[in-house]
Amino acid sequence: MSDIVVQVRNLSKKYRLGVLGTGTLRHDLNRWWHRLRGKSDPYEKVVPGLDPSATGQEPGNDEQPGPLGRDAHLLPDLADDEMWALRDVSFDVKRGEILGVVGRNGAGKSTLLKVLSRVTAPTDGEVRVKGRIASLLEVGTGFHPELTGRENIFLNGAILGMTRNEIKRKLDEIVAFAEVDRYLDTPVKRYSSGMYVRLAFAVAAHLEPEILIVDEVLAVGDAEFQKKCLGKMKDVAGHGRTILFVSHNMEAVRNLCTRGIWLAGGQLVEEGPAEKIVGSYFGTTGSQSYLVRPNQARGFAIDAVRLKNRDGLETSQFQPGEELIVEIAFNARIRLERPFLTLGVMGALGSCFTANMLLDGLRPEVLEGVGVIVCRFMSIPLLPQMYELKLGIREKNGVDSIVDYQEVAGFRVTGDLARYGFKGEFLDRASRYTSVVVPYEWRLPDGSVSRISLAAPVS
Amino acid sequence: MIKATKPCLFVNLKPEPSDRSTTDWDLVIRPKTGWLDLHLSDLIRYHDLTMMFVWRDFVSQYKQTVLGPLWHLIQPLFTTLLFTLVFGRVARLPTDGIPPLLFYMAGITCWNYFSECLNRSSTTFLGNAGIFGKVYFPRLCVPLSIVVSNMIKFVIQFGLFVAMLLFYALRGATVHPNLLMLLTPLLLLLMAALGLGLGIIVSALTVRYRDLQVLMKFGVQLLMYATPVIYPLSMVPEKYRWLALANPMSAVVETFRSAFLGSGALDWSGLLYSSVATAVILFVGIVLFNHVERTFMDTV
Repeated sequence: MSDIVVQVRNLSKKYRLGVLGTGTLRHDLNRWWHRLRGKSDPYEKVVPGLDPSATGQEPGNDEQPGPLGRDAHLLPDLADDEMWALRDVSFDVKRGEILGVVGRNGAGKSTLLKVLSRVTAPTDGEVRVKGRIASLLEVGTGFHPELTGRENIFLNGAILGMTRNEIKRKLDEIVAFAEVDRYLDTPVKRYSSGMYVRLAFAVAAHLEPEILIVDEVLAVGDAEFQKKCLGKMKDVAGHGRTILFVSHNMEAVRNLCTRGIWLAGGQLVEEGPAEKIVGSYFGTTGSQSYLVRPNQARGFAIDAVRLKNRDGLETSQFQPGEELIVEIAFNARIRLERPFLTLGVMGALGSCFTANMLLDGLRPEVLEGVGVIVCRFMSIPLLPQMYELKLGIREKNGVDSIVDYQEVAGFRVTGDLARYGFKGEFLDRASRYTSVVVPYEWRLPDGSVSRISLAAPVS
Repeated sequence: MIKATKPCLFVNLKPEPSDRSTTDWDLVIRPKTGWLDLHLSDLIRYHDLTMMFVWRDFVSQYKQTVLGPLWHLIQPLFTTLLFTLVFGRVARLPTDGIPPLLFYMAGITCWNYFSECLNRSSTTFLGNAGIFGKVYFPRLCVPLSIVVSNMIKFVIQFGLFVAMLLFYALRGATVHPNLLMLLTPLLLLLMAALGLGLGIIVSALTVRYRDLQVLMKFGVQLLMYATPVIYPLSMVPEKYRWLALANPMSAVVETFRSAFLGSGALDWSGLLYSSVATAVILFVGIVLFNHVERTFMDTV
């Protein structure tokens, strides 16, 4: 048991939706008054079939740790304006593990990390941690634009929990890693975004906590730097430290993580080896698109995004060179005139290719009511890896966002590359270099010509 | 205040007896800790961060300004001149026989420090929501750093005040600096604690009720008129004096004046009252602040 460093038990987190307005004070006072008199919360919904007086009591106190364990763990029912972002999640993390947390948008991943990094408190349940925990929920937290790179290293380091002396010791290392030595005494507001991110990650990477929590950091920075970050994280884990990693980048999760957990609707669906988790996650996501969050109050919703193959069958598995059909089912309560749609396929190293109306200008005149837009990628020149599809919709001015560019579905390309003419003995390293291979040929000095194409198997 | 989440017994941890595990773990995250579980020791562990914030405040404030920290002198100087003109010359408020310039400057030096502490720490949660939402550190570091960094400004303004005092004293004005000056650290502490205490109470409450933000804007100004800054306490009619003294800042400002200018009579019981009230306010503030910091990200 001793090598378990994070123990999460029955963790739940309730959020209250909607706007807190003028009713707040009255509700609060009323609540407080009821509690004072030992009555139940007047705004808590009563569970049908249960004694009303029981629901208002503290749910844990009258409970026996019965044979049912977590199943016997009752949570108070929700009021109308509340939702569970996490519900009864339990898992362990061992020392030296890199745990990948996967799930769609809104599955509770970020909430989980927020609770673990003590940014917000859980509603129920408990987390136990051994060792120092540091979170990297966003790079550059607390960077001050007016301060120089050097000054920000100290500030950011202190915010992340380092002492001044620790930072002093690591300053050179951090600067070298971030590759910003020439600009160390320039205010960071003059930095390029790449430099900014590099510096921020460098500080965090040299934090040396026993447990590091990383959220989507790798979505930023160029491919070269992403590789470096992944390498650094592996390095960190190699030194007996533990990493919790949340990402939409399934390829990164698969490559980096030793174990994975899959969250959906705030609940733990599956836990196991990363490879297996990513597999089962992808097994379902293709037929069932992610939750798409349109910008609020726009009256436009994406009901579903379906991936289909040439035969029109819904799937999440494709072959290199196969046809990929994307169906976007929308529901517009407003007249959306001449919008721009953008579809992008993202691989481990970033964007692979795109179908973008901002570029091709082939916009629909109007989207109204319920309908479907289809995009056919005739031949996907993708290597067997994990991919995600992003979708964004903008208004006719090309600036305002109707649906923010976001992941809407995931798919996996599988296939035997030997059938496409690949013979390399380091083929398994492909995802470090690229995801896309367009047809090409080598003409060697001996006059031989060999051709590679993912368009169709050579057979 | 904040949504009533209820504590829950830990149910399902079979492999090890819970008494052993509590000693084994470095950190246990639970829904709600007690009101009095203040984990103030964290503040000591993070003292580097507090000092970092102080330094950031000071350095970043004057980047790309020409006069830099000189502004610390200009601002109270002009306020003093204005007060002298408006309240001294136009309204002809008495100053206990003290040169008006010194009288107002003494009040302003104290009041500036207190109100800056109060104003700036009252936006702790809303102003730092971005950073608080991303990383954990004891939130109290932020208001504490504000109090400390303002102390630097106070020292500068205080220096200006002392210089003016010397100038007047050498010219034979009726000022009587006395040994009560030794109380200055205590007065500073009281102002800091009171500003901090009130500030964090407001910051904790604004998380839910933004109304307070609006109230704060003119509330601090109004409070100044309820404090003997522009008038001596002796001017307040006997009947209402208790009302003026109910304000814990009153005794502080009065004591400061009687120490450096020799005006007014020192009221030990008033100072004692201020100390107790300040301690209570600070304690309530810390408790409230602590309570809010755990869940404020959900409401902000």
